[in-house]
Amino acid sequence: MNPTDKAAAAGTGTPPAAEWTPRIVAFFCNWCTYTAADLAGVSRLKYSPNVRVIRLMCSGRVDPQFILDALSKGADGVLIGGCHPGDCHYVEGNYKMLRRFRLLRRMLSDMGIEPERVRLEWISAAEGDKVKLVINEMSAQLSALGPLNLPGKAKGWDAELTAEREAVHA
Amino acid sequence: MPKPKVAFYWCASCGGCEETVVDLAEDILGVVEKLDIVLWPVAMDFKYADVEAMEDGAIFATLLNGAIRSTEQEQMARLLRRKSRVLVAYGSCACMGGIPSLANGFAREEILKFNYEDAPSVVNGPRTRPQLSFEEEGRKTHLPEQSRVVRSLDQVVDVDYFIPGCPPTPLITKKALAALLGDAPPPKGSVLAPDTALCEECPRKVGKPADLSFAQFRRPHQALLDPEKCLLAQGVVCLGPATRGGCGAQCPAGNMPCTGCFGPTSRVRDQGAKILSSLCANLEAKEAPDIDRVLEGIPDPVGTFYRYGMAKSILRRRVDLNGG
Ligand code: SF4
Ligand code: SF4
Ligand code: FES
Repeated sequence: MNPTDKAAAAGTGTPPAAEWTPRIVAFFCNWCTYTAADLAGVSRLKYSPNVRVIRLMCSGRVDPQFILDALSKGADGVLIGGCHPGDCHYVEGNYKMLRRFRLLRRMLSDMGIEPERVRLEWISAAEGDKVKLVINEMSAQLSALGPLNLPGKAKGWDAELTAEREAVHA
Repeated sequence: MPKPKVAFYWCASCGGCEETVVDLAEDILGVVEKLDIVLWPVAMDFKYADVEAMEDGAIFATLLNGAIRSTEQEQMARLLRRKSRVLVAYGSCACMGGIPSLANGFAREEILKFNYEDAPSVVNGPRTRPQLSFEEEGRKTHLPEQSRVVRSLDQVVDVDYFIPGCPPTPLITKKALAALLGDAPPPKGSVLAPDTALCEECPRKVGKPADLSFAQFRRPHQALLDPEKCLLAQGVVCLGPATRGGCGAQCPAGNMPCTGCFGPTSRVRDQGAKILSSLCANLEAKEAPDIDRVLEGIPDPVGTFYRYGMAKSILRRRVDLNGG
């Protein structure tokens, strides 16, 4: 382990590998996937507890900045759930999301982030079982990938900043 | 009354920002009459020791251009911060990392290896690399160490004001200096440029349809562009909607798309994500394969959307470089 990695590991409070489970931030559309997640709860379908759900009015409201923000603050993956094509309450929102998602995936992989960490699914209000399936599948995938740990990485990068020294060598 | 002391300093920069200061030409003479320049390495001879000898806070304002990517630049930024009452990040590199921060897509070793060994123009048989120190005839010489991560000035020290641009125009520089020297200086942390999108001041705005719709993207060399119509409406990726105004829309006026050098407005945290969001919203295609085909017209999204601001993007840097 080189010093930067060591600093990254030390600075984060990331639990040892055995205790670590992936954290998923989920942006769910109010009209479909959020309702489906509710249904899954009511029907006592068990899905992995690693997901924090954020309700939005439409998948078209998911600003790519939200996704980057979640990842940079410690999420290991981001799941977006919207209405099936043709069913968006606001007509075009899910298409907008799909297009943003296609380009964001490319951009993320250019930035060294595995594309599997960001996933887009169409889940209607009736598909509680699909919520369960997707979340369980995604958390298994993320477990296999391991922690993304961007806050820890950023700390590691900044370990190279020198303390203020009096003399400047030029 | 003694004249206020100012310093101009450069870090990882191309020198373009210094040009703007020089371009103030006659105007700068007016400025110089009012100011006492205590450090300006590009134009006048001063030693760092002279700065170190000053009392803390002795300099009224330092305008620092360039990104921070070496131990020396970091130390100079800290030193000038301590000596200055007002520290201004001058130009895109100091504000957001600028073009140099595109290096945040690579490990330091990749960069050094390319530049000292693999670049086609390099002849370096013994593969000599810069050393941090060496001794000759009993004298020890030091060189600064290149950092792994390129940073904006405010990622290293506290910054009072930001003047964006690659380089900032003489006009916004003059306005900013006047504001700083005036009786009511702007609130700390301000970007000294308008907080509206570039489209607002673009002469092509009249031709910008309310509903854009892209069937394909074209790069400027691939098409004969209409010199008056909005560039986005012609399928050319123009960063105007996600970029702060203040430059007078020089690039669109010159038949080239805005590449984003003034950075985002205050309401946008990540310029690249924002332009991605707005471009994609307006594609015609609805199925993944068609969408991908249109988006192939943007061959390098990271380099296009973060051309001047990778250091200040949310991710800051390619994340899988580990210790590199
Ligand atoms: S050419 Fe660019 S800056 Fe001008 S109105 Fe169109 S998008 Fe905006
Ligand atoms: S048009 Fe865009 S790239 Fe050109 S100077 Fe203005 S802000 Fe910079
Ligand atoms: S309302 Fe559900 S995706 Fe738009």
